[in-house]
Amino acid sequence: MTTATFSTQRVDPYNPPAEHLRLQREAPVSQVPWRNDTTIWAITKHADVRTVLGDARFSSDRSLPGHPTFAGYTSASKLKNLIEMDPPEHTAQRVRIMGEFTVKKIGLMRPRIEEIVEETIDTMLASGNSADLVEALSLPVPSVVIAELLGVPFEDHALFQENSAMFVEADATPEERVAAMGALKQYIGGLVAARVEQPGDDILSRQLAAGASPEELTGIGFLLLIAGHETTANMISLCVATLLDKPELLQQLRDDPKLIPGAVEELLRYFTIAEIGGLRLATADLEVGGVVIPAGDSVFALCNTANRDPEVFPNPDVIDFTRGARNHVAFGFGPHQCLGQNLARLELEVVLEAVVRRIPTLRFDGSFDDISFKEWGPNYGVYTLPVAW
Amino acid sequence: MELTANRSTCIGSGQCVFTDPDAFDQDDDGIVLVLRPQPSAGDELARATEAVQICPSRSLVLSEQSA
Ligand code: HEM
Ligand code: SF4
Repeated sequence: MTTATFSTQRVDPYNPPAEHLRLQREAPVSQVPWRNDTTIWAITKHADVRTVLGDARFSSDRSLPGHPTFAGYTSASKLKNLIEMDPPEHTAQRVRIMGEFTVKKIGLMRPRIEEIVEETIDTMLASGNSADLVEALSLPVPSVVIAELLGVPFEDHALFQENSAMFVEADATPEERVAAMGALKQYIGGLVAARVEQPGDDILSRQLAAGASPEELTGIGFLLLIAGHETTANMISLCVATLLDKPELLQQLRDDPKLIPGAVEELLRYFTIAEIGGLRLATADLEVGGVVIPAGDSVFALCNTANRDPEVFPNPDVIDFTRGARNHVAFGFGPHQCLGQNLARLELEVVLEAVVRRIPTLRFDGSFDDISFKEWGPNYGVYTLPVAW
Repeated sequence: MELTANRSTCIGSGQCVFTDPDAFDQDDDGIVLVLRPQPSAGDELARATEAVQICPSRSLVLSEQSA
């Protein structure tokens, strides 16, 4: 069935657009208006979202004519990157790099991530009695982590961080963003070239040894930054804002820090920030939830709405740190499920633990209502989060 | 019950290892290794079932043991 509207307006900062939840109740697989007078199939139930994302015949290849790529998103490189490839091309690249992101390998990064977080909080606390948490904590932590993952030498961290912050700077001009992107790509290209000359024991050298071309690898390095920086930063800010807005939840973590991994998982589900991760193009006639989606149609698997599906998550709108539901789709589902998810979980855990332990007087500098939340777009989050302690 | 993995479709998410590190591991390439192919009824089976449901590439299968 076709409905008249597809509003992406949020009613409040905590919940998916009301229209998407209504579709889930009334018409879980339905064609809705999309950009440029086209239509798209909105998929809103958890099971159906998994069906779509789990089947690569719903293509991620943004170079296919008619692919519903989000307006304003342009590929970081002329070369396709992992996230916009289909199997078997995707499989080959994913298999080549996924050994770097195993639970065990990421676990080995914990002590270093703890250090990074402690140092970042030291700097924030030394700066006075108030700060914008986004700038002081949320953005620097994942930026330094990715810089180290890629082997960026310490003396270049500032350059790396400044340029990656530019993508998410609310009032940056398009020219500034393009310039920052160019600078970073050039910088990562330089790192790759240096590893070609002199291989070391790092991810870039290992990828070269495994057969990645320097161009491909520059694209991968850039993708890791793009995919892993703003996402993680937004989650850090949203987690802290939620804890400050709901003191009973903060108290639970103070009383029992062992709840933190469960809290991270629940808040990942609750916010499901990667709002356009589920855009696909049907390359065959494919059935979803009893409806046949014809080849050539655009499809939008709405992970955020799926993660509020009451058939899968009882009382879905309640934040419950003991829910223990790991079958959410905050990191997507299927072949493209987030490569960095174990790293993201670890960063979030370490940050929340440190914030709860080290800044007992943390509060809003102003109130929850003063926070400017991002419009519905590539990644949900906040622009600034003024806090005091 | 018999727990098997299709190592050629695994995408190295590590979700199974998260679910039960005693039952699953990943090799150096990130591909799943089943450490406990015959989960016993109760907790082990419950966690194996959860891993099967969560696996993003549907690479894990629980089946009746063949005689
Ligand atoms: C809370 C933080 C994060 C969230 C919510 C998140 C979410 C997602 C989602 C939903 C996808 C699937 C997109 C699709 O189906 O097209 C994805 C893919 C990806 N993510 Fe993340 N991500 C996060 C952090 C990270 C980090 C820290 C890294 C790496 C350092 C990373 C690297 C990637 C990569 C490389 C892909 C593409 C995988 C593929 O196409 O095979 N992400 N992420
Ligand atoms: S959960 Fe599935 S895809 Fe992820 S490592 Fe285990 S078997 Fe592989």
